[in-house]
Amino acid sequence: MDDKEMLFNSGILTEEREGAILPPEELWKNKKGGLVVVECPQRIPCNPCATSCPTGAIRPFSDINDTPSVDHSKCTGCTLCVASCPGLACFVIDLTFSDDLALYKLPYEMLPLPVKGEKVLCLDREGKCIAEGTVENITQPRKDRTYVIHVSAPKNLVREFRAIRVVK
Amino acid sequence: MKRLETEILVIGGGAAGLSAAAEAAAAGAKVMILESDLHLGGQLVKQTHKFFGSKDEYAGTRGFKIADILLKEMESCKENIEIHTNTTVTGYYSEDDTFTAMRDEDEFFTIKADRAIVATGAQERLIPFVNNDLPGVYGAGAVQTIMNVYGVVPGKRVLMVGAGNIGLIVSYQLMQAGVEVAAIVEAAPKVGGYWVHAAKVRRMGVPILLRHSIKRALGDEIITGAMITELNERFEPVGEEKKIDCDVICIAVGLTPTTEILSQAGCEMMYVPELCGNVARRDSSMQTSNPKFFTAGDASGIEEASAAMVEGRVAGLSALKSLGYPTEHGRLEEYWGRLQALRSGEAGKRICQGLTCVLTEDWEAVHNG
Repeated sequence: MDDKEMLFNSGILTEEREGAILPPEELWKNKKGGLVVVECPQRIPCNPCATSCPTGAIRPFSDINDTPSVDHSKCTGCTLCVASCPGLACFVIDLTFSDDLALYKLPYEMLPLPVKGEKVLCLDREGKCIAEGTVENITQPRKDRTYVIHVSAPKNLVREFRAIRVVK
Repeated sequence: MKRLETEILVIGGGAAGLSAAAEAAAAGAKVMILESDLHLGGQLVKQTHKFFGSKDEYAGTRGFKIADILLKEMESCKENIEIHTNTTVTGYYSEDDTFTAMRDEDEFFTIKADRAIVATGAQERLIPFVNNDLPGVYGAGAVQTIMNVYGVVPGKRVLMVGAGNIGLIVSYQLMQAGVEVAAIVEAAPKVGGYWVHAAKVRRMGVPILLRHSIKRALGDEIITGAMITELNERFEPVGEEKKIDCDVICIAVGLTPTTEILSQAGCEMMYVPELCGNVARRDSSMQTSNPKFFTAGDASGIEEASAAMVEGRVAGLSALKSLGYPTEHGRLEEYWGRLQALRSGEAGKRICQGLTCVLTEDWEAVHNG
């Protein structure tokens, strides 16, 4: 077994796979509100991403074990799936935020909650700090204590930045 | 000695037992639930994460909220349900067809029941290593109980042993409680739990060391660390041992079904590795070879809580039916459809293999020939 496979087997996405495909770049770069990035490459019995999606962008499952398949042309970046996914495997990234920054909308269930304007650490899939970001907004779409933190951070981190650490 | 009577005795008030009780009581049967803990809910009350599954199994709802939903469902037929908490079933005597039970530590009574649904859940497995009797070595269930039920953190820095769903979820919950997770060690070359649960703790900076295991705990009176080692393909230690600083070692290496009552009732038992231990043979109605006894949930094979809840429904429905209560046509088939859907993923393959060994045609067909 090679290192890449071991890494994937320990919970790190190493390349695009079924259930973990990035949005098409052309559509993505001009899409206000952003598009969903799903990272759910394993067949497990779970469908709240699809059932919570108000536009059908996450296509309805024919089998509850399907991995998510996304029609990005229908995605509005509403973040309902971000807040609904029990595996915290949905993220919304808006590339139109500014010339060099993107707005990353990430699920967050830790304490303390950051506040608007606060600087937070941007973490990659292994928890390594790769940049500093600014909290632009905090929402709680389903009022169930899964928060969605909107963080502005460099655009070139779209393939890496997946979690934040609040430093207090 | 006090003697109680009921139509359907449900042993265990967790995910499976509550579902069975709700199903049976709603149809008018007299149900009695015996629960050894101080409150109902079983493992559900410790689960702060959102459940998987579909809407039918409350997907997206946190486990402890699901316990509330089931209790509320029971509330609507509460005249049919008698609940005894802090009460342990201590035995079943087939010659008298009587259960014995103990409330707290000094009140004994007996129970006569027309049917019994054994939803006794599971026990944690432990692994041997040097110093595993030091204070600070916990089972994952204990960590969840003290942390999520009583609000007490087990320590400051934890080594988690096992990357099944329990190890991964409890690691995440420890971080939510402000406890550091030093690492998760897993003997297999792959996490056993859902990949997304692993991804969730990985991105918070927790290393998951595959092909690694614990060798010994360090410390004289309390844990001061642990020595871990890499394993080769035959699970033998290789290379140099590595020290992990920690004050808690949490063991999450799997569960095994709790089935003593079923054995006492003479139910045909079978060791099924895929279901993690000794379980009762049953037909698709969850009826065992002893026609008065049904089984559901982890007691019938280790699986996710979502499946336990559906199995509980099946057992409740079947117990009703066997007592002559009218049941809705097609309902059993609907529940089996749900179970099959839940089991058709990657993790379900193993369960299905195990079920092939343990499931029999319906017993009447077997007994008549």
